[in-house]
Amino acid sequence: MSLKKISKVQPELFEFSKENLDKANNEVKKYPEGKKASAVIALLYLAQNQNENWVPLSAIKCIAKFLDMPYIKVYEVVTFYSMFNLSPVGKYFVQVCTTTPCTISGAKKITEICKKYISQNQNELSENKLCSWTEVECLGACVNAPMMQINQDYYEDLNQNKTDEIIQKLLNDDLTQPGSAKNRTSNAPENGKTTLIEIKNA
Amino acid sequence: MLKDEDRIFTNLYNDLGWEIDSAIKRGDWSKTKDIISKGRDFIIKEIKDSELRGRGGAGFPTGLKLSFAPKEVGSRPHYLVINADESEPGTCKDRDILRFEPQKLIEGCLIASYAVNAHTCYIYIRGEYYREGQRLQEAINQAYKKNFLGKNACSSNWDLNIYIHYGAGAYICGEETALLESLEGKKGHPRLKPPFPALVGLYGCPTIVNNVETISVISTILRRGAKWFSSLGKPKNTGTKIFCISGNVNNPCNVEEEMGIPLKDLIEKHAGGVVGGWNNLQAVIPGGSSMPLLPKNICETITMDFDSLIKAKSGLGTAGVVVINKDQDIIKCMARIARFYKHESCGQCTPCREGCGWMWRMLERMAEGESTYKEIDLLHDVTKQIEGHTICAFGEGASWPVQGLLRHFKKEIEKRCHEEPLIKKKTNIPYLIDQHLLEKDNA
Repeated sequence: MSLKKISKVQPELFEFSKENLDKANNEVKKYPEGKKASAVIALLYLAQNQNENWVPLSAIKCIAKFLDMPYIKVYEVVTFYSMFNLSPVGKYFVQVCTTTPCTISGAKKITEICKKYISQNQNELSENKLCSWTEVECLGACVNAPMMQINQDYYEDLNQNKTDEIIQKLLNDDLTQPGSAKNRTSNAPENGKTTLIEIKNA
Repeated sequence: MLKDEDRIFTNLYNDLGWEIDSAIKRGDWSKTKDIISKGRDFIIKEIKDSELRGRGGAGFPTGLKLSFAPKEVGSRPHYLVINADESEPGTCKDRDILRFEPQKLIEGCLIASYAVNAHTCYIYIRGEYYREGQRLQEAINQAYKKNFLGKNACSSNWDLNIYIHYGAGAYICGEETALLESLEGKKGHPRLKPPFPALVGLYGCPTIVNNVETISVISTILRRGAKWFSSLGKPKNTGTKIFCISGNVNNPCNVEEEMGIPLKDLIEKHAGGVVGGWNNLQAVIPGGSSMPLLPKNICETITMDFDSLIKAKSGLGTAGVVVINKDQDIIKCMARIARFYKHESCGQCTPCREGCGWMWRMLERMAEGESTYKEIDLLHDVTKQIEGHTICAFGEGASWPVQGLLRHFKKEIEKRCHEEPLIKKKTNIPYLIDQHLLEKDNA
């Protein structure tokens, strides 16, 4: 279970923007009638994106009303799933994978760089309030270890210099192109493929 | 080694393009209509004959699972749910299927939906795979445009709609009943079984839950025949499998190989060998973090299939091979895995919720050499008290890696653990207690 800190400063009102309201209505349509509650995660994502990467309590109220759910049920969901932030994380949210496959490939160097440039502790905003970082569990790109996720994009095959560069740019509000630092486009072995060598579209 | 023409995922490395047109060139969506017109019983029998076993970790026979769905649709609709909540440390095969071979998955969804009488299919993708989900949505849209989905999908007289549902970062939602709870908009707490999802699943309706890789291979099996598939691999462990080789190897990669390939071949031939040479190998986790590790002497000869790995008291799981060489501290590696399980336990059953934390803290202490000799047996006892005493298989998944460590590396731990019992020393060791309880803000 992940630990959630609920921000003490909360906006009073939250309403979906026109665009997001349309998206929310579309999400609800995916599910059978009377099963609106299924869309709760999707709506929480919309709220989180609209509100600079975090979900305020007023958004939980708004979503509960929208889906005819008791407030506590939405609150349960938002505190259970680790991808919802209940306090500000900044415009850029850096998540460093530190589970075993990444750790043995050198994830510690990445966290150290985050500590050095962003903030000493996890879940703390940087000095310019632009970003924060946290350690997370396996992000499912073990072949590209070590790796990190900035907002929705994966940065893979990292090394010290490249991470240094990405993080410093980030603090200047400049997002590096996501992908592999070694320019891998797939999970093929780096020094030449061992399979599918002569395969062509039939 | 498997021949290239026998590989199913020919676009695993995206050399040919993921779009629907190049997928059709590769042979996807050919004869789909003919296959469906042969009927449900034919499809299920063919998959049973191919002896395909689920690729999500448990290795349950897929044909049998599909046959569990009620034959006639009663008052409740049937559902097919695809499990793309790939979060097992060491595993990243489904990600490549979603990115590079989405049409194989979509075609498999159509055939499997027909086989289990479902008109609606949900694909549950983990929230972190946002980009992969976008790619899949594009692929689904392309399939709709070609009338391969929707009303009278692929002119088979079968209606099918596919929807993507994102998770939000919970490992436990990869467990099938927790996944269904999550789909219903609740916390991901696994359900008690029985009733099994095949009878009472999503919204209380019959539901079949399958892994991405399992569903993606179905269409190729039906096109090329069960005989072809079962001729690959070993008896009862047939076919091909995507292996993910990560950790201390020279070229970490995903590769599709025959079941039953020797582990040494996999590491030496495909992944470029262990960093520092084969003799520098310490241990291998053969099937994702929840499977017990294997020491070097077993790795020399072991073959990668469900049954031989069970004989070696491990398992194939999701085939995420994590190679650990001698430069790593094996106890620390396992302590990190224990921390993963502590973090991801859903908290529903007490043995798992409390026990995972115990295991983690004891292992951390053992890694630091701050534990007593007696604690080794205590740790083993804790794993035994978690295993088998929980609603879902998470308890086993959390305790097996620790048991594996104790089985093969007990001497390593014993070497470090010669401390006096802590209680006598009265030292303040912060990780003996849950850190967050110390911070008043969180209380």
